[in-house]
Amino acid sequence: MLNIRRDICGYCGACVSVCPEGALELVDAFLTVDTACINCGICEKVCPLGALEVVKE
Amino acid sequence: MKRQYDMLVIGGGPGGALAAKTAADKGLSVCLVEKRPAIGVPVRCAEGIGKELLTDFIPPDPKWIATEIERAELVAPDDFSMLLEPKMAGSEVGYVLDRKVFDRELVWKAAEAGAETYVKARATAPIMRNGAVAGAVIEQHGKTYEVNAKITIAADGIESKFAKWAGIDTTVPLREIETCAQYLMTGIDIDAQMTSFYLGNEVAPAGYVWIFPKGKGLANVGIGIGGGKSGAGHRAKDYLDRFVARKFPNGKSIELIVGGVSVCKPLSCTVADNMLIVGDAARISDPITGGGIYNALYTGRLAAETAIAALEKGDTRKAALMPYDTTWRSSPMGKALERNYAVKEVFVGLSDEKLNAIVHSISKINLEEFSTLTLITELIKANPSLLLELKHLKAFL
Ligand SMILES: Cc1cc2nc3c(=O)[nH]c(=O)nc-3n(C[C@H](O)[C@H](O)[C@H](O)COP(=O)(O)OP(=O)(O)OC[C@H]3O[C@@H](n4cnc5c(N)ncnc54)[C@H](O)[C@@H]3O)c2cc1C
Ligand code: SF4
Ligand code: SF4
Repeated sequence: MLNIRRDICGYCGACVSVCPEGALELVDAFLTVDTACINCGICEKVCPLGALEVVKE
Repeated sequence: MKRQYDMLVIGGGPGGALAAKTAADKGLSVCLVEKRPAIGVPVRCAEGIGKELLTDFIPPDPKWIATEIERAELVAPDDFSMLLEPKMAGSEVGYVLDRKVFDRELVWKAAEAGAETYVKARATAPIMRNGAVAGAVIEQHGKTYEVNAKITIAADGIESKFAKWAGIDTTVPLREIETCAQYLMTGIDIDAQMTSFYLGNEVAPAGYVWIFPKGKGLANVGIGIGGGKSGAGHRAKDYLDRFVARKFPNGKSIELIVGGVSVCKPLSCTVADNMLIVGDAARISDPITGGGIYNALYTGRLAAETAIAALEKGDTRKAALMPYDTTWRSSPMGKALERNYAVKEVFVGLSDEKLNAIVHSISKINLEEFSTLTLITELIKANPSLLLELKHLKAFL
């Protein structure tokens, strides 16, 4: 599962552009993730602020 | 919002604004949708642009020019600095803009030309008819609209999803995105007419730190690092904080900006039936500098011109829109993208020792023309060994 820390996110869209599954979407000033996410962790790496974490279920 | 337009533009950045203005000027019915509540905000840019690049589109206006730039410096990992000045000292070579005002001005010009503009209006899916884009589903203020269009322009920037939804892979490879953070800083001791670029694997791995002045003691101080170098504890913001603590310990931050810039190859094709992709959405930022304002303005206008011609002939299928793709690829911008991609691939692999040696080779260059091409040519003259590593580039130089 991908945890989005909205308190940290600066809604820049960098993560959206690297997600291979198109699972992330920036809705104005908040980021959403949908069920297409495969927990690959690419977005977690790219975020300039560290707002994303893949949580092991 | 109407049900039908000649042209629907997704995104109110420089690319979308120029497309909408160009089409509206020719009398087309145009709808531009921007998902954010205010055009250009929050900013995702260091705001630097070459002087001659801008004047091609809009006469310079003090309203959105923060500073005029007269020179630049390239700082090596060991802090040695190379000064870059135009042949005619004292003449300005570039601007640092106020993108908030600049972007709004461009959309305002599109509106004045007759385009309808909608903010906080987000495209959530393309309308597909017989496998071709025929408009988009737009959500605004809790309502959903089906907006049909003969031509749709995807100008949705780095986080572009529209072309992806229509079946084109726009994913940026992790190692080919620059992940960026920037402070607008005040109370710092800088040369207000000079931009600075800091290189080095300690300072900014696979990227650089920039200082772009916006006035006396005021500047965008930012960093981009390669996506492959980013991770917990060593993100763009971590590197930036370290740089700022060393360089401007008494500076104050009055704005935080984050963003991503693609430094990959452009999309392999930037048109589809009834659709053209422009600006960052087409992955056409400069692979060396990360600059994309000009590229967005240029492709936005060119896409609209191509669309106008296609609409006049009544054929907006992919083949009829291909002139857009082939024209920008063979333009000076397209050629620069190709060359700078190859140069970037070499530069991201250089060690700090090598970078030091390159910057030390010249302490001052008077550039005939302020461009990455003339800079690279000068660097190669002073470092003939570079030519070996760049030999596959001979054709470009
Ligand atoms: C940190 C940083 C520094 C930079 N520095 C420079 C620089 O100094 N010089 C330079 O030339 N370039 C710079 N760039 C690049 C430059 O900012 C971009 O290339 C430029 O903004 C691209 O313009 P655009 O119109 O293609 O996209 P954008 O300006 O990103 O506009 C796209 C718009 O589309 C909207 N949108 C997205 N999806 C939807 C949707 N589904 N529905 C409706 N609207 C949508 C977005 O909200 C956005 O407003 C920098 C970028 C970053 C991140
Ligand atoms: S990259 Fe980070 S800051 Fe940017 S939108 Fe994604 S989560 Fe937010
Ligand atoms: S973890 Fe991978 S699939 Fe999931 S949102 Fe991030 S990049 Fe996309």
